[in-house]
Amino acid sequence: MTAAGASGRGAGRRRHRPSSAWGLGLLGLAGLMAAVELAPRAGLVQRRYLPPFSTMVSSLADQAGTGAFWRALLDTLRGWATGLAIALAAGVVLGIAIGGVPLLRAALASTIEFLRPIPSVALIPLAVLLYGTGARSTLLLVVYASFWQVLVQVLYGVRDVDPVARETARSYRFRTLTRVRTVIWPTALPYVMTGFRLGAAVALILEITGELVIGSPGLGERIAVAQTSGAVDAMYALVIVVGLIGVAVNLLARATERRVLRWHPSVRREAVA
Amino acid sequence: MSALGLLRRAALLLAVPALLVAAWWLLTAGSTDFFWPPLSQILGAFDDTWFHGRFTRDVLPSVGRLLAGYLLALVIGVGLGTAIGSVRTLRALLEPVLEFFRAIPPPVLVPILMLFAGIGTGMKILVIVSGCVWPVLLNTVEGVRALDEVLGDTARCYRMRPHSRYVHLVLRGASPQIAAGARQALSIGIILMVISEMFAAGDGVGFTIVQFQRGFAIPQMWTGIILLGLIGVVLSLLFQLVESWALRWYTGLRGSEREG
Amino acid sequence: MTAAPAGTAGTALLDVRHVRKVYEGAGRSVEAVRDLTFGVAAGEFACIVGPSGAGKTTLLKCVAGLLGCTGGEVVLEGARVTGPPPGMAVVFQEYGRSLFPWMTVRQNVELPLKERRVPKARRRELVDEALDAVGLGEARHAHPWQLSGGMQQRVAIARAVAYEPHVLLMDEPFAAVDAQTRADLEDLVRDLWKRLGVTVLFVTHDIDESVYLGQRVIVLSNSPTVVLEEVAVDLPAERDQLATRSDPRFAELRARVYKLVQQAKSGHRPGTGDA
Repeated sequence: MTAAGASGRGAGRRRHRPSSAWGLGLLGLAGLMAAVELAPRAGLVQRRYLPPFSTMVSSLADQAGTGAFWRALLDTLRGWATGLAIALAAGVVLGIAIGGVPLLRAALASTIEFLRPIPSVALIPLAVLLYGTGARSTLLLVVYASFWQVLVQVLYGVRDVDPVARETARSYRFRTLTRVRTVIWPTALPYVMTGFRLGAAVALILEITGELVIGSPGLGERIAVAQTSGAVDAMYALVIVVGLIGVAVNLLARATERRVLRWHPSVRREAVA
Repeated sequence: MSALGLLRRAALLLAVPALLVAAWWLLTAGSTDFFWPPLSQILGAFDDTWFHGRFTRDVLPSVGRLLAGYLLALVIGVGLGTAIGSVRTLRALLEPVLEFFRAIPPPVLVPILMLFAGIGTGMKILVIVSGCVWPVLLNTVEGVRALDEVLGDTARCYRMRPHSRYVHLVLRGASPQIAAGARQALSIGIILMVISEMFAAGDGVGFTIVQFQRGFAIPQMWTGIILLGLIGVVLSLLFQLVESWALRWYTGLRGSEREG
Repeated sequence: MTAAPAGTAGTALLDVRHVRKVYEGAGRSVEAVRDLTFGVAAGEFACIVGPSGAGKTTLLKCVAGLLGCTGGEVVLEGARVTGPPPGMAVVFQEYGRSLFPWMTVRQNVELPLKERRVPKARRRELVDEALDAVGLGEARHAHPWQLSGGMQQRVAIARAVAYEPHVLLMDEPFAAVDAQTRADLEDLVRDLWKRLGVTVLFVTHDIDESVYLGQRVIVLSNSPTVVLEEVAVDLPAERDQLATRSDPRFAELRARVYKLVQQAKSGHRPGTGDA
């Protein structure tokens, strides 16, 4: 019995999710719903702070009958997708350009580490001044925040390119584009996907934040409106919708990652990022 | 590292930021654009804006609330995370629930928590805790789950007591993932610090910046943006300092694996 | 036929009696170990060999108290084993994974002693002695991952030795190190055994290693496991990588064990043949 065999077996056991785990997970969700239903009914929390779950659901059903709800949902999704797409394109292009030139990378790496922690919400006042309360204000935040996630991952990816492969490509005098396509891109792809997954989550956070604070159209704005008008049921219903979108975004990002990397030889361990 | 090497590194480190600041300075030098005042004017306003009373009135309370909420979230997240990660049934039961809570964009917690806790300091700390706790919690669960079986067997063979097993095996073993979660939590914490103040507050950096923006005090607003950036950068540097100290062994281990 | 003279029940320090282990999976159960009975006398060096997948690791985990038995019992020094017993140390095959990477070599060796509340001065003594005994006196402040594989396994051995166990279990400890290092480590273990008078139960899949190291070789059948046969190793107590391995008697014993393992692989079991 070899060490590899032993650890492989352990990993296999861990990956395997028995159906009983799914059952337990559903039970946990049911428990949460029951707790939210019963706690206000039993008087443990006041209804004007936390209405019973069924009330939230019926409020959600009411809203789902209005066009305004669906427009807001669409606005949120559109803002998220547009911002993420811009950030992804800019992050990948700039990341490969910067990462491909060693001197540039050395000079910029620390700058990027320096600029990255600047909180995106610091730009809120500026965005409002420049674009008012329109969708573009929020788009600026979304692009700014998710761009860093993508860029940093792409830089990791380009750094990870096997020096031998790099040298080979050079010695055969591949043209730049060929080199990017055949050597850099395949290595960087898993990192790009990690950047996509992290960026997707961050983009959603900032999209909702922008709507909530700036008031650009979307579900976040409706939450703010519900809050100021004291429509607690509606507010909770919208928060649940936003949470479900978040779950969907995470699942979608992970599924895309798996699908794109299905063929990829690297069995990269989940990056702790 | 030689002095020359150090100098070279410092030059590389500072070259681009210096260029960026210089570009900003030159591009806005004679600016009459209302929204883009000259950088010289912004920097000139910095001292007046922040260091005559506002530092103790706004900046310190903001940062204090952030740190209080963040540290509380760390303690709760690590405590619950190690418990959930150690018990397989509990983990299976709670995983979907936790995934849902993590997926809720933290800023929407602000209006909810305002219902419960009003608009005081308690609410703001609570907002920061409830946003920061998820990445810490979920990463801790992941870290505890991935603990090496052989190491666990070793601890049992040598009859390690529960307390030292927790300290020497569980916490240390999960620390790389805990650190990854704590890093995510820090950036979320800063966002929430600002948001909770923009929503409803009488003091704090976020509150002040919005006041400037609404009053069209543009250079002052810019100083606020720069200050927030500085706070983010300083906290991130502090975090890296603590992290690299606590995870020295991990960096070394990874390095030796890569060579081997 | 070489019968087993040592380890008769009653005088044994470690007694394995009719141990059975069935893994219960989802909807199906796998019988890994069927019925294992053997004893190890105080101060003995016994080796267990068997074909791969013979449940050697399962057996060792049952003996170490890391796994519960489905049937039968393990008795150490008169007490039934229900969890890891005091006075027992285990050296695992996966040296890299059994050392705490966040502790130095010294801290790794010292930790079990701290757990046993050994006074500080005595702790220091034991740790220094153990590290010197395995030739790692210089590396005490290094972290395990800074050392080679063989050196890491030496740390694990030092940790076991410093613990002053009555029984030392070793689970294929040298399966993952290179041949040269392996020979050195084999001699180190023989040497420690003779000096400390500890009882050793050594699991391996390497036939040469089992004959070279042990006083007795217990050959296991394939799974579900029973004891196929015990072979007494009547080689001189002084062993040497060159002299012992070229001893004709070594070759005979080696051939005998080899044949048994081949039989085990082909599914031969004690009840079915010439037992």
